[in-house]
Amino acid sequence: MRLSHAFIERNAIVLLVLALLTVAIGGIVEIVPLFTIETTVEHVNGVRPYSPLELRGRDIYIREGCYLCHSQMIRTLRDDVARYGHYSLAAESMYDHPFQWGSKRIGPDLARVGGKYSDAWMYAHLEHPRRLVPESLMPDFAFLAHTPLETRDLLARMRTNIEVGVPYTKADLAQAAADLRAQDDPSADHSGLEKRYHGAHVVPGNGHPTELDALVAYLQVLGTMVDFKDVTPAQERQ
Amino acid sequence: MPGKIEKDSVTGTETTGHEWDGIRELNTPLPKWWVYVWIASIVWGIGYMLVYPSVPYGPGYFHGLLGYSSRSHVAHEVAEVDAKRDIYMKKIAAQPFSAIEKNPQLMQVAETAGAITFAENCQPCHGQGGEGRLGYPALAAGAWIWGGTLPAIRQTITYGIRSGDPQARDSQMPPFGKSGMLNAGQIQQVASFVWSKFYGHPTKGEDIAPGAKIFAANCAVCHGPQGQGNPAFGAPRLASHVHLYGDFRASIVRQVTDPRMGVMPNWNKRLDPATIKAVAIYVHDLGGGQ
Repeated sequence: MRLSHAFIERNAIVLLVLALLTVAIGGIVEIVPLFTIETTVEHVNGVRPYSPLELRGRDIYIREGCYLCHSQMIRTLRDDVARYGHYSLAAESMYDHPFQWGSKRIGPDLARVGGKYSDAWMYAHLEHPRRLVPESLMPDFAFLAHTPLETRDLLARMRTNIEVGVPYTKADLAQAAADLRAQDDPSADHSGLEKRYHGAHVVPGNGHPTELDALVAYLQVLGTMVDFKDVTPAQERQ
Repeated sequence: MPGKIEKDSVTGTETTGHEWDGIRELNTPLPKWWVYVWIASIVWGIGYMLVYPSVPYGPGYFHGLLGYSSRSHVAHEVAEVDAKRDIYMKKIAAQPFSAIEKNPQLMQVAETAGAITFAENCQPCHGQGGEGRLGYPALAAGAWIWGGTLPAIRQTITYGIRSGDPQARDSQMPPFGKSGMLNAGQIQQVASFVWSKFYGHPTKGEDIAPGAKIFAANCAVCHGPQGQGNPAFGAPRLASHVHLYGDFRASIVRQVTDPRMGVMPNWNKRLDPATIKAVAIYVHDLGGGQ
């Protein structure tokens, strides 16, 4: 037989070509579906990019490693749905780079924590969890309340998100600093913020956000973007 | 380089034909059972791909011969349990509280459903047994701010307090100190009066009489002349042993100067009406219900 073990091993080119063919099969199986994966992400009304303050809050969330103990993924399991609400849709994390689905629940899932507790509770609990929930294992994050939010690199962070597909517009970038301050100031004019970032939750700050303000703004929007009364099963393409 | 393939005289197994300085390599075949398991797993894998959703293509993906989807699966599972719960929950939703209270079976279901829902949603603020925290009312103590009857509790849970819901309970205590309506001395006087008269720390002093006047002029309209409170405005009962911001004189001063006003989320977006009723019954029975 021509293609015997001995023959292949003695002809480098034949070995190379056959090895390439073999590896290509595996590669095609794994890579080709990725070209059409976009089409499997359903489009759901209401999902919008994060507001500047939420985006920075999300950075704090990642920096502090919240994802190590909190998932943001309500699975299609009865218990999950009963406890946390409607299961998470892929579209809900379409502007998350990287997504925060997590893999462990030492604390509860946070995919729909937005609006579940009052701002006052969020601040008090993040600062000293055990004062409100004695059995909590969560570390104190009181220092976030004393740390001014770094905003100099805000535009760079938004542009980075644009690079990976988040549709921030030129107006979003131009107004980013103003939107960031407005969301931290209940007495500010929120019409621009609301127009650009529907449902953005204004936190009780003073216009000079701390890291805690940003984190609360982020947590209070989690899972609130989609109104599930508007979502039909057909829209959630399976 | 492969040379001559021959049988090894000791083991009876063929060699690979490779030889290095007289050392040859045995070509021991894989165990038969291993090969069969391997082939079976490939067959199983292909079958799985055919039966369950697998390959994405074009505008969707291959749905599989069974048409399985985790979403319809969970919808089915939820519906299955709902069907069992509905026997009771529909009655809880439809009947007035007075009728539910007379039905021990419904009460048992409501208490159980209420307890589970309370533990997940209410406990972080109000505590495990409804004992409350500073700034978060004690539900078991009967010191109701917005009323402790079953319909009042249901109303509070459904629409929340200062939650942003159009039907939320809402009221504002004026910032007497911050706005300059009372000066620092007057605030101390009224605090002394409230501390002495209502908080159960009777004291005599020059502050008490002017404090009483300030109270009558500014505070009594909501909190009542006897400090009995008014659930219609969510004005807390002052003549009580339970105080929202603690049994401290300083907290009276703080509230009069620049009041904290608590926010409770509306639960009508998260919980269905029957579950809210069940929670109301559970909260009512924590010990403070009216």
